[in-house]
Amino acid sequence: MSVLARDTYTVFARAMRMSLRNPAWLVISLMQPILYIVLFGPLLEPLSGQLGSGNAYQLFVPGILVQLGIFGALFVGFGLIAEYRAGVIESQRVTPASRTALLLGRVLRDVVVLLVQGTLLVLVSIPLGLRAPVLGVLLTLVVIAVLGAAFASISYALALTLKSEDAFAPLLNAFVLPILLLSGILLPMTLAPGWLQAVSDVNPLKHVVSGTRAFFDGDYGSATAWWGAALTVALGVLGWAFGVRRFRAESS
Amino acid sequence: MIHARGLARTFRKKKQEVRAVDGVDLDVDAGEIVGFLGPNGAGKTTTLRMLTTLLAPTSGTATVAGCDLVADPVGVRRRIGYVSQSGSTAPEARAGEEVVDHARLYGISTADATARGKQLFRELDLDGLWERQPRAMSGGQRRRLDIALGLVHVPELVFLDEPTTGLDPQARANLWQHIRGLREERGTTVFLTTHYLDEADALCDRILVIDHGAIVASGTPDELKSQVGGDVLTVTASRDDEAAPIARLVDGLVGAESAVVSGRQVVGRVPHGGSALVQLVRELDAAGLVVAGIESRRPSLDDVFLGLTGRSLREEGAPAPEGVPA
Repeated sequence: MSVLARDTYTVFARAMRMSLRNPAWLVISLMQPILYIVLFGPLLEPLSGQLGSGNAYQLFVPGILVQLGIFGALFVGFGLIAEYRAGVIESQRVTPASRTALLLGRVLRDVVVLLVQGTLLVLVSIPLGLRAPVLGVLLTLVVIAVLGAAFASISYALALTLKSEDAFAPLLNAFVLPILLLSGILLPMTLAPGWLQAVSDVNPLKHVVSGTRAFFDGDYGSATAWWGAALTVALGVLGWAFGVRRFRAESS
Repeated sequence: MIHARGLARTFRKKKQEVRAVDGVDLDVDAGEIVGFLGPNGAGKTTTLRMLTTLLAPTSGTATVAGCDLVADPVGVRRRIGYVSQSGSTAPEARAGEEVVDHARLYGISTADATARGKQLFRELDLDGLWERQPRAMSGGQRRRLDIALGLVHVPELVFLDEPTTGLDPQARANLWQHIRGLREERGTTVFLTTHYLDEADALCDRILVIDHGAIVASGTPDELKSQVGGDVLTVTASRDDEAAPIARLVDGLVGAESAVVSGRQVVGRVPHGGSALVQLVRELDAAGLVVAGIESRRPSLDDVFLGLTGRSLREEGAPAPEGVPA
């Protein structure tokens, strides 16, 4: 176990150092959540009465956090493909390092980045009018961390399988847009006609988004909140299992 | 150091089974420098990836550095170094950090890894490049950095995959020195693949030739060359239609093997090049055939290769260096 922890730390520290050293990446990844809040949030303000919520940001911020968790994480595979091409993955795989650590170290970097972005997003929303209980925000950040870890694992596993941006990009795009539109991230699905609501009910991420909105409303005891949390854990387990399986396979 | 028996790997491509490596037997002793030669697609890389635990064999057994490849891959990994053709460092990282991080994955402390890395930088002429980004290094420097990564945990056995591909002649000669130094100064066993026959000739104690997934020859460069038997006689005809009659004359020489015609060139093999040459010139003259060129030479490894695989390594040339950003 201590070997796993040591190797994980080595991989994490290396990945983190490389991310921090890239100023363009740093600025873009911090600007993105701010842009969403500042440039899209105000559009929802006049609608807040219709949306059944007293505060537009209370509804919008959890959605954007989930979006950050899923879509930010899904794209981390591109970095892995670049590393693969440079030979870094192979050179790490010939060391006795735990295969799990090679994945876990990278996923932890992504989770840390995500939590920094998420916290920043929440802080920026406060002067704009966000009012939400601290516990609800913290619980949501935990949900985002688990969700981000799941999708980062999936992204790495797919990247390691495809090994080419040209194959990876269309695959992501094919999934991302329908998932985004059917999750109620941007606008709640309660606005949708019956058939669209029915379709979106199948999307687990819709329930995750609803769950985090319940947390932001302080409805900790509601079924919506815990149904979302439970689905997040299930996605976390599945995504992680998929990633570890791929990283342990010897014929990459 | 390496003992492999019946090592095989099958890939599935569109429902068809492709046996990339079809039962390789090979033995490498401690302290040897062994060259692994073969045309593209012969199974070189697949064999290397199996021996370095990157690819699980479909069948067969192997002990590498005293550990069983299948039962104890981690033991193998601990004892070997692998310098891949595609490099091993991120272009935007710092050279020294990459070496230290790599060593950390072997459980070496940061302090030891730093000391060891700096020593390797001195030995491999990378002085002053500790903080340099690999993308700002020359091809030769980057290759030596890859070697530093492969050696930082003091492995008993190092695998070098096409170590000098894409390097200029000076950088190649310099790298050869370092590869020889691995054995002479550290007693490291070296197993290298190469496309360059002169490299195998100059560097290796022993050569293994692989073709169609199986070892087709093994021996010292001199042994392999003597297997070819005799000298190589090359005659270049001055006209296309004269190549065939010239080939008949070459075939008529004492002890000659059947000559091969390609375009205007006739290549034959004779036991004694010097006397055969004199005889041939007389006969050409008598037949009224004017030639553009004629030479006799000792067989090269390329002739060995041509004889064994029916293909010339030189014709394929060296592939463009992969994964080396400009």
